[in-house]
Amino acid sequence: MDHSATTPVDPLVLDSMLPYFSELFGNPSSLHSFGNEASEALSLARRQVAEIIGALPEEIIFTSGGTESDNLAIRGVIPHDSGKKHVITSAVEHPAVLNTCAFLEKVGHDVTYVPVDSNGVVDLEYLEKSIRDDTIVISVMHANNEVGTIQPLKEIAQIAKKHGICFHTDAVQSVGKIPVNVDDLGVDLLSISSHKIYGPKGVGALYVRKGTMIEPIVFGGNHEKGIRSGTENVPGIIGLGKAMVLAQERLEPDSEKMRQMRDSLIKRILESVDDVRLNGHPTQRLPNNVNFSFKYVEGESMLMLLDMKGIGVSTGSACSSRSQKSSNVLSSLGIEDEYIHGSLRISLGRENSMEEIDYVVKSLKETVSKLREMSPLAGK
Amino acid sequence: MQVSDPGGVYLYSKKVIEEFSNPSNVGSIENADGVGEIGSTVDGDIINISIKVRDNVLEDVKFKTFGCVVAISTSSMVTKLSKGKTIDEVLELKNEDVIEALEGLPEGKDRCSGFALDALKMAIEDYKQKNK
Repeated sequence: MDHSATTPVDPLVLDSMLPYFSELFGNPSSLHSFGNEASEALSLARRQVAEIIGALPEEIIFTSGGTESDNLAIRGVIPHDSGKKHVITSAVEHPAVLNTCAFLEKVGHDVTYVPVDSNGVVDLEYLEKSIRDDTIVISVMHANNEVGTIQPLKEIAQIAKKHGICFHTDAVQSVGKIPVNVDDLGVDLLSISSHKIYGPKGVGALYVRKGTMIEPIVFGGNHEKGIRSGTENVPGIIGLGKAMVLAQERLEPDSEKMRQMRDSLIKRILESVDDVRLNGHPTQRLPNNVNFSFKYVEGESMLMLLDMKGIGVSTGSACSSRSQKSSNVLSSLGIEDEYIHGSLRISLGRENSMEEIDYVVKSLKETVSKLREMSPLAGK
Repeated sequence: MQVSDPGGVYLYSKKVIEEFSNPSNVGSIENADGVGEIGSTVDGDIINISIKVRDNVLEDVKFKTFGCVVAISTSSMVTKLSKGKTIDEVLELKNEDVIEALEGLPEGKDRCSGFALDALKMAIEDYKQKNK
């Protein structure tokens, strides 16, 4: 129930990768036949990824994952010798984008963080007003990793186009869950991660629209057209290609199944538990994302009790995981203090079933009521 | 669905998990002799401890806690360590004693471990004020 964190590698993906660890171990840059085999496999993966998102193979740059793709997209489009520039992003981005922007501010660039409404949707008017003559790039995620809100990318793309600004989106959470097509969305750069779509960890891709000016942030032997040097992670890239193909094939049935489970879970919890709210957009949300906030209880405690029942979830509360920081996404949504500490994200995957949803509903109700009995706030 | 082996790999010690999942002395004492409460909804931790005192001994200690695993397990442990002790003995309790009784806390998680003991000492202070 924590598929937005990561997913298991699909057996078919693993099978496609295995030969490239052993008998097909060639370096794609080598000119001999061992190298050619690897190089051809790489081309196939590049075509697979490109076709699924409606791009050209030469517009795909393989990276080490979503984080590197985000870093490359944003830092790469700011010419290295250009002096001070301006970047626009949203307040609810993944740390891969937010911390890249924080770094840019530190070295002298300006960044505008566009606020979101209570459903997590970026304020388009604010975004357009913040555009300056020296704005280089707008980076807004396709779907939010915590609350699942899907952003109006087409509208943002129109604004970016009107002002001649490069538009990047982090599509790490949306690929494989909702249709992602670079022309439909109107983006110039798009980040993809493999391990969120039943592919291996440590590999991803960045789509770079033809004609987009981008400079490398990693230098070396000019792999990936010089935009991302370093010998390609051949097995990983093969796995990403296969995972993309499978995700595309299963997109409709999988998302429909997850949507039904999601809606059932939301409906049953909202109906049977008091003082609970759904975070994120009621309809414009990822088919696999549920994010609740329960009053009077704390997220990490819920997480732990559910973990003991065999259910893995995540929380944006201050004591969550190992970060000790409250979720900036939830506070950007303006969620009240009484609710913000009791947040819980349940992210579904293709292998989940309605029986498991029944178990989650039952376990979640037990967990909340057990913790509320202990809470000095409940019943006051 | 991700399934973890219950009693498997946890960030916390066995003792912490035990206290957290099966805490002792949950509740609030009616007509308590002293009450201490610490924290706020902004911080995300509220610990309320109430005590019953007879002949300088903490005859009963109960807690109600809104908070994380550490907040709940330290609350439970503090009530156990103090129940039946004299006020002077309880005032000598240190945060390290609580952590030791819980078989340690993970690095970085000991930040709010002292709150439960603070709340208990506030309850004793409250009792003393009322019985001047």
